[in-house]
Amino acid sequence: MATAHTRTLSRLMIAPSVVMLLAWMAIPLAMTIYFSFQRYNLLNPSRRRFAGWFNYEFFVTDPAFFAALTNTLVLVGGVLVITIVGGILFALLLDQPIFGQGIVRILFISPFFIMPTVSALIWKNMMMNPVFGIFANIAKSLGLQPIDWFASVPLLSIIIIVAWQWLPFATLILLTALQSLDSEQRDAAEMDGAKPVALFFYITLPHMSRAITVVVLIETIFLLSIFAEILVTTNGGPGVASTNLTFLIYARALLQFDVGGAAAGGIIAVILANIVAIFLIRMIGKNLEA
Amino acid sequence: MARAMGLRRRIGFTFLAWGIGLIVFFPIFWMLLTSFKTEGDAIASPPLLFYAATIENYLEVLARSNYFKHFMNSVIIAGGSTILALIVAIPAAWSMAFSPTKQTKNILMWMLSTKMLPPVGVLVPIYLLFLQWGLLDTKFGLTIILMLINLPIVIWMLYTYFKEIPGEILEASRMDGAVLWKEIIYVLLPMAVPGIASTMLLNVILAWNEAFWTLNLTAANAAPLTAFIAAFSSPEGLFWAKLSAASTMAIAPILILGWFSQRQLVRGLTFGAVK
Amino acid sequence: MGSIRLESVRKVFGDAEVIPGVDLKINDGEFIVFVGPSGCGKSTLLRLIAGLEDLTGGKVLIDDKDVTGNAPAKRRLAMVFQSYALYPHMSVFNNIAFPLKMAEMEKTAIDKKVRDAADTLNLTDYLHRKPGQLSGGQRQRVAIGRAIVREPVAFLFDEPLSNLDAALRVNMRHEISQLHHQLNTTMIYVTHDQVEAMTLADRIVVLNEGRVEQFGSPLQLYQKPSNRFVAGFIGSPMMNFIEGPTAAEHDAHTIGVRPEHIIVSKKKGTWSGVVTIAEHLGADTFLRVECGAIGTITARASGEFTVGYGDTVFLTPDSKKTYRFDKNGRTIGHRPQQADTTGNQKTP
Ligand SMILES: Nc1ncnc2c1ncn2[C@@H]1O[C@H](COP(=O)(O)OP(=O)(O)OP(=O)(O)O)[C@@H](O)[C@H]1O
Ligand SMILES: [Mg+2]
Repeated sequence: MATAHTRTLSRLMIAPSVVMLLAWMAIPLAMTIYFSFQRYNLLNPSRRRFAGWFNYEFFVTDPAFFAALTNTLVLVGGVLVITIVGGILFALLLDQPIFGQGIVRILFISPFFIMPTVSALIWKNMMMNPVFGIFANIAKSLGLQPIDWFASVPLLSIIIIVAWQWLPFATLILLTALQSLDSEQRDAAEMDGAKPVALFFYITLPHMSRAITVVVLIETIFLLSIFAEILVTTNGGPGVASTNLTFLIYARALLQFDVGGAAAGGIIAVILANIVAIFLIRMIGKNLEA
Repeated sequence: MARAMGLRRRIGFTFLAWGIGLIVFFPIFWMLLTSFKTEGDAIASPPLLFYAATIENYLEVLARSNYFKHFMNSVIIAGGSTILALIVAIPAAWSMAFSPTKQTKNILMWMLSTKMLPPVGVLVPIYLLFLQWGLLDTKFGLTIILMLINLPIVIWMLYTYFKEIPGEILEASRMDGAVLWKEIIYVLLPMAVPGIASTMLLNVILAWNEAFWTLNLTAANAAPLTAFIAAFSSPEGLFWAKLSAASTMAIAPILILGWFSQRQLVRGLTFGAVK
Repeated sequence: MGSIRLESVRKVFGDAEVIPGVDLKINDGEFIVFVGPSGCGKSTLLRLIAGLEDLTGGKVLIDDKDVTGNAPAKRRLAMVFQSYALYPHMSVFNNIAFPLKMAEMEKTAIDKKVRDAADTLNLTDYLHRKPGQLSGGQRQRVAIGRAIVREPVAFLFDEPLSNLDAALRVNMRHEISQLHHQLNTTMIYVTHDQVEAMTLADRIVVLNEGRVEQFGSPLQLYQKPSNRFVAGFIGSPMMNFIEGPTAAEHDAHTIGVRPEHIIVSKKKGTWSGVVTIAEHLGADTFLRVECGAIGTITARASGEFTVGYGDTVFLTPDSKKTYRFDKNGRTIGHRPQQADTTGNQKTP
């Protein structure tokens, strides 16, 4: 397959992609690093000068940063736990013989295709509104005090919305993994006298472990950058109660026009994401070999 | 006896699955229901399951807002970025699948790693560059950005599909006198149609629903549906019926596309790590 | 039209030297078969000739023109792959027409040529089908059809029949042989199958670890193997090799006797032994005989020869048809039985 001729062509054909992605990754990132060492505010662009580590210091010592970091981790962690546990249960359920399986699958999968702004607004208004929302009505009919979701538990509210969006993804992937489980293996274990619970922990769960890792890592990458759901529901508030790192940087950059500060925050976000990315690359790399 | 047990079990699971499925689907169902209510019915307490349906909201959204323009923006941006990504990715995937070198694997890994760069890390410079180049709030600018963020996934998916095509068939075409572009157009692409189709689907869905760059780089002019809907969040929502109608129109095309293609999407969504 | 010459052709993959250096001269119109154990470089050599791989060293000449740097399409060769490599999305007609379309031939001319080829190959009724709707033998014929319409100077076949069942294989073998007689075009054919090699070839190239062990007519290889490898590879069941004192009696490191050159008797003979396996095939009976110090010997007896497991038999090798090999496996002094008739032998 490989002659010198095809090899040259092949380099030429891969070049545009490489150049584009390199430009996309390297140039803006370099600029972000550069800006992060500048004192630079768009409201006052003439007073731009070198700032040393000031932006980083300022960003990190801001109490909002610590809150945003915690919120980011709670958001990612909370959604992961809900989607993984829920996804495993749902996958096990959907793997059973069910009448109308195709339609049930569609019901389960649908939230994944809803754009973030729409799902956030449906939940904010029609589900979680403290007066007219479905939850409020249920609470009232049970004689309970309705919860004002976004005022009293803003981060939890966002976790619920995001988990609802990502549960289908986890379910779909885990179900696919489950269905690829060799039924002979299960039969053999059953012949050996394994009870359903033992069967799950010794056969099914190990088989799904790779899919679970994939779900965790891919979701993590997207969840670190949750933005629209916060923007259209709480706007990060009250205070910074539902501000994550992405939203904090957005607010610095496009609301306060503090380019330097936002850039420093961006670099911190990149470092955080890289720690996650290293694991992901390792894992996918292994899969390539397998 | 065992048959009857099996049937009972099956009915039990059916009820459970349908029950949970309907709960998961409920917000979407409720949105659809609300979109046909009057604004008054929409906030009735207790909520109305049966009511006099109206298409008033749809007509009003279409008449009073620029829904159609934003819809077209979404189509152009999602479609354009997908087509551009395919044009760039097909040659690259061909090259990696059929003429691999020692670096191929590393290049692929590196490409995927760009997907992990958090958008806020480059928000500031991209915003400033767009400001300078006059690309803010343009469909062109956004199309390019969405193409770039999805390019690695497109290359990866095509690569995994191409790898399943036996190299001998391409060699046969070479023996038959096909030059490279003919080999790709007449032999490779027709054989890869299913793979290309599911790659396109996933990319269109991701681009249609992308809500970081679309919200940050557009305003009135180039805003796709994600940004158009976000504008409904400002007034402390008593226009639920209209919001629902607009939302229904925003998600319907992709929802239906997704229903039909869910099986093919798994592979792309996991970078082929789960089959 | 259609002579092919390889001059010190060398191929290295990474740090594995697959073809250390091959010289070969193939005449126009010859049917040449490459045989050899799996992984010995048969396909690689064929692909080097086709231009699907670059040479690490050496030259390929077609009709005395150096084509070493030419793209496959420019060499005027046609190849039939083991997997057939048909275009699954095209009808049989379009599969056969593809090379002509690539050559930008006129539509009516394409039509005629494809129909002629389909006629020759009994494919006329299937022209509108897709390859997926054809049987293995029909697919094979389409692949051949695609090759012949180009009127190449030589055909290259890489184990074309190995995916077919036994009966169909014999059929297709005859068809290919007939095709060769009709077209009189050079053919190079790679196979694992000795019967294919012996029946089809004008001359056979025996390859081992990328080296040409011997190049000659089928009978030459059978009667005058130039070394132990060829002697063992050609002929079925395999030649018996005996080392030690018995070989020393013949002034050799190893001696070889083919199973068909051993007389089997129940009463007397040179060697005696106990039958461990007796395979009664009808026409022949193959025996595996445990002969003590000499080792296990395979011998052919007539179909009527009735012995069973545990019986004692006596074996007498035909001394005129005993091969002798030195320490390096080279044949010592041929014992010619029959004049060589092909006249164009070249033994490296
Ligand atoms: N592209 C390649 N890269 C590295 N090594 C290769 C490549 N192609 C072939 N080889 C090696 O070269 C040797 C010869 O391969 P080749 O396919 O020519 O064998 P063959 O004689 O056709 O075997 P078979 O009868 O099994 O088809 C093998 O050891 C193989 O592993
Ligand atoms: Mg081979």
